[in-house]
Amino acid sequence: MPSILSICYLVASVTFILGLKMLSNPTTARRGNLIAAGGMFIAIIGTIFLYESDGQRLGNYPWIFSAIIIGSVIGTLTAKKVKMTAMPELVSFFNGMGGACAALISIVEFDYLFQANKTLNSTFFSDVVPAGHYLAIIAGTVIGSVSFAGSVIAWGKLNGKMRDFSFKGQHLFNLIILTLVLVAAVFTYHSNVKGANIPFFITVALALLYGVFFVLPIGGADMPVVISLLNSFTGVAAACAGFLYNNKAMLTGGILVGAAGTLLTILMCRAMNRSLKNVLIGSFGAGAKAIAGEKGELGNIKEISLTDAAMVMAYAKKVLIVPGYGLAVAQAQHACHELEKALEEKGVEVKYAIHPVAGRMPGHMNVLLAEADVSYEKLLEMEDANEEFKTTDVVLILGANDVVNPAAKNDPSSPIYGMPILEVELAKTVIVNKRSMKPGYAGIENELFFQPKTSMLFGDAKKVLQNLLLELKTV
Amino acid sequence: MIFLGIEIIGRVPSVLHTPLMSGANAIHGVVIIGAIIVMGKAESGNYIALILGFLAVVLGTLNVVGGFVVTDRMLEMFKKKK
Repeated sequence: MPSILSICYLVASVTFILGLKMLSNPTTARRGNLIAAGGMFIAIIGTIFLYESDGQRLGNYPWIFSAIIIGSVIGTLTAKKVKMTAMPELVSFFNGMGGACAALISIVEFDYLFQANKTLNSTFFSDVVPAGHYLAIIAGTVIGSVSFAGSVIAWGKLNGKMRDFSFKGQHLFNLIILTLVLVAAVFTYHSNVKGANIPFFITVALALLYGVFFVLPIGGADMPVVISLLNSFTGVAAACAGFLYNNKAMLTGGILVGAAGTLLTILMCRAMNRSLKNVLIGSFGAGAKAIAGEKGELGNIKEISLTDAAMVMAYAKKVLIVPGYGLAVAQAQHACHELEKALEEKGVEVKYAIHPVAGRMPGHMNVLLAEADVSYEKLLEMEDANEEFKTTDVVLILGANDVVNPAAKNDPSSPIYGMPILEVELAKTVIVNKRSMKPGYAGIENELFFQPKTSMLFGDAKKVLQNLLLELKTV
Repeated sequence: MIFLGIEIIGRVPSVLHTPLMSGANAIHGVVIIGAIIVMGKAESGNYIALILGFLAVVLGTLNVVGGFVVTDRMLEMFKKKK
């Protein structure tokens, strides 16, 4: 007769699997999230009140509940208040918290073993701790620490507080640190119980260091991929804790996220047409700047006035809008929707071309435009948009750069070479709105801006759109 | 379980990559159960277990609650408008 608690864990496991499956489909996604949350709640409540170890229920209820309350309040407030553009870094932050949680659990469990055995003479850790048990502890510690440190760096990079940092021989350096982590972990197991805590803490410190240097060289545009990878790391760390307590819910959740997270990472890489290895080696950086320098002058750009831009759009039959990060930064999605409506009133067909990695995360533009009540049906995925450009009169690019850079098709030495782009050059006219001629996240020049069909409309996206709206009224 | 994980992610539209990542993030917050166990078993006077355990529960809760709330927020933007 299975205990109520094991049924709780079974229910939780099922909701995790079901919830994740439902999250992969737009119509069931929101429910899937709620279902998984419900299962998690059941597992947590069940553990608090029903968990028994050596015939004893859990104690320290005041500590447990106050910790949960603090975490819930902070978690809910930050999640609700944060700007849409800060979502990926928040996901990274929460991921880091999970990794730290897993590491802390393992550290406490190590401490129990250490305290229980440190008075023994001439005994090695390997004599008193079974290998499997130690493996679960050390893996949870190392993987949790790497994920925590890496996630903090990723969070810093995404909110602009941290620059990309790479140096010659970094890959070798990282490899050495990783090797040292493994060596220290094995050493701890085979050291004398009296002093086993020292190599253990060295292992933790090295793991944290590795986490930092793992993420440090990777470019900000690649961060969502890295966060997805760190996500699966934390899943594995959770599974290790699951092994430690033989807990079905943790095992299921951990392995599920570890596997699904890894696959999602690979899918994200495919959307950018870059291999994971390429992303992790951080090929954005010194190489890109050198290449940009070599190309030299690409020619002259043409500027277009607000009045002319408004006119050419008002008399167009079809306008395709390409949103990018600049739109998000300017928080101009509402102004954009207003422009769309104004153009449609004049009989212009307006649609949006959404590149899979436009913005700072996949789906960033969709979420931004949906917030402005732009109809779902107007958003075209890249393949569909590329079919429509040849029949488009005007393409309005709002703060997008790398996703419309022809170098991805034409220049094998470009860091973005091979990435599928939006083929805006097929349209009759291209108007590019940016704040300045500064390069985008890839740090390279964009020859699109110098082409004959292209003209530049400089300014903050929100101001420009609002001014275009005013001009349209007089056209 | 690994096969299941891979099967599930098989056909995800790229627009859902981020909410899916966020949802998976919340689910691995299940590690909080381990933290609760650590906290619950800690004997008074064992400050390491009490303090680290407390911290672990706070961080685990952040992962779980923050994770599910931010995922829900990302998804409420996907309501179909007619």
